Amino acid sequence: MKKGHIGRTILYIVMTIYALITLYPFLWALSASFEPLKVIVSGNMSLIPKAFTLDNYKYMFSSSALFPRWFLNSVIVSVLGTVINIFLNTMAGYALARLQFPGRERIYYAFLSLMMIPAQVLLIPNYLILMNLGMLDTYQSLILPSAINIGNIFMMRQFFLSFPKDVEEAASIDGLSRVQVFFRIVFPLARPSIATQAIFTFMGFWNNFMQPMLYITTPSKYTLTLGLQSFTNQQAGVRWDHTMAASIISILPIVILYIIFNKFFLQGIRMDNEK
Amino acid sequence: MEAPVNTPKKKRFHLNRSQSEAVQAYAFLLPAAIIVLVFFVAAIVFALYMSFNKVNMYSETYEFRGLQNYTNIFSDGIALTALKNTALFSLVVVPTQTFFALLIAYALSNKNIRFKKMFRLIYFLPTLTSSAALTLIFMFIFNINGPINGFLTGIGLYKDPINFLQEPQYALKVIMVMNIWSTVPNFMTVYLASLVDLPDSLYEAAEMDGASSWQKLVHITVPYLRPITTYVLLMGIIGTFQMFDQAYIFSNGSGGPDNSTLTVALMVYQYAFGQMNTMGYACALAIFLAVVIYIVSRLAEKLNGGNGLKDM
Repeated sequence: MKKGHIGRTILYIVMTIYALITLYPFLWALSASFEPLKVIVSGNMSLIPKAFTLDNYKYMFSSSALFPRWFLNSVIVSVLGTVINIFLNTMAGYALARLQFPGRERIYYAFLSLMMIPAQVLLIPNYLILMNLGMLDTYQSLILPSAINIGNIFMMRQFFLSFPKDVEEAASIDGLSRVQVFFRIVFPLARPSIATQAIFTFMGFWNNFMQPMLYITTPSKYTLTLGLQSFTNQQAGVRWDHTMAASIISILPIVILYIIFNKFFLQGIRMDNEK
Repeated sequence: MEAPVNTPKKKRFHLNRSQSEAVQAYAFLLPAAIIVLVFFVAAIVFALYMSFNKVNMYSETYEFRGLQNYTNIFSDGIALTALKNTALFSLVVVPTQTFFALLIAYALSNKNIRFKKMFRLIYFLPTLTSSAALTLIFMFIFNINGPINGFLTGIGLYKDPINFLQEPQYALKVIMVMNIWSTVPNFMTVYLASLVDLPDSLYEAAEMDGASSWQKLVHITVPYLRPITTYVLLMGIIGTFQMFDQAYIFSNGSGGPDNSTLTVALMVYQYAFGQMNTMGYACALAIFLAVVIYIVSRLAEKLNGGNGLKDM
């Protein structure tokens, strides 16, 4: 018994140390976000702000900063992108799992093999394709190439493969058409899988950096991640005070989402051990 | 009396059951198929085509060069530096992140541990945060007046603060630390997911024989997780070989100081968008990178045994 106690204590120590390592950068960032720049660059700031101030946050939402605009852009792109993804991925996954049609296997394997292609290969041609479509520097350029996610199409396909068939049969006896059955019956019943898909898709759009960096050139169309990065190339050196406040604000929506939709996050990573 | 069940209303088109099912299927697949055709299939063909050409973006001309773009890679000093940086990065980051991910997952899967929810939220934070915010936060804590310098001089490790961000010998190491720190939680959750299926009886039998926590980890958990470890290694290799955001933000796109943070992905970006006439070469580099990733992944799979992706 005693041996088990020692083992558990070691586990707690390992877990606590790792938790502290994880929190360390965030705590300093949080602290710097409440500190004036001259304290931050003095080299002797402490975890508890010495000259507590809300000015950094006030600056972000003042009229001189583009920050509120970037935030709004991120919201628009992430929400639209997520909604489109949900419909297209769910419909495609449903067709691949549930409907009989010529060429089904071939389409399935074609999608599967495309999943192996690294993003770098697609990046340059997609830039030129978007340029030729006249879509550079628009929201569309951020949404259209990511309007589907092959991984999520497969996740939905897996879900519909194990979905009871009698539900659809009962509904079609009630006189609903095929398309009505899908949108009124199947779609609502698939809510847990759709929610999981939605959260990870939203997070993908919200945190995306490479595409906005390549496609967007007008500062007022920047998303949050691109806006954050633009703080670092100001001549006067990095304004750590503003940068840290902006970083903290950019993280908050996802953390709130995590806390509210905890169980769907866990489903997404198949960690269903705890009830 | 047989009631006429099917009294078809007059329709202009009448499809039978399987035809209408096929029509619905094609309609449901059409939007996804269009996106795939334009931004995946056409893009790959386009990339291959460009990789065999000298592309001049200014005059929009393509000159067929055969395999020259590919052979140029091996005499390009910058490309070799980028490859070396990327390989070193992968070699340090992948084993370290796998080790920590397994260790933390093992601790967190223990039935007797409390406060799991709290630990999980904390561990998950880096996964929720964008690479842009993470990189800025790390640049802040590692800056010359930042907390890391304060801490390390405070405990007497060295006297004068080090400029981690601008010294070529430290810059890539900072990105390594950041990358390990931010990817461990991802892989930890992958391990946790499969530890759920590990039968308790295995641990119980070992406990009866007086095995310690460490012995259980080494003799039961690690062998049991072997196929998952192959998967984690593969994902780690793919992720580190494609590392872009962190190097880009850290160096403001330059790969500096002194090319010390230049990764292959960052170099592809520079050749494609930094100059007017090297887009074809950039495509060749991207395809070369894809081939390298594929080969290294297969090697890692072979070395560790197990089927990796096929098991998932």
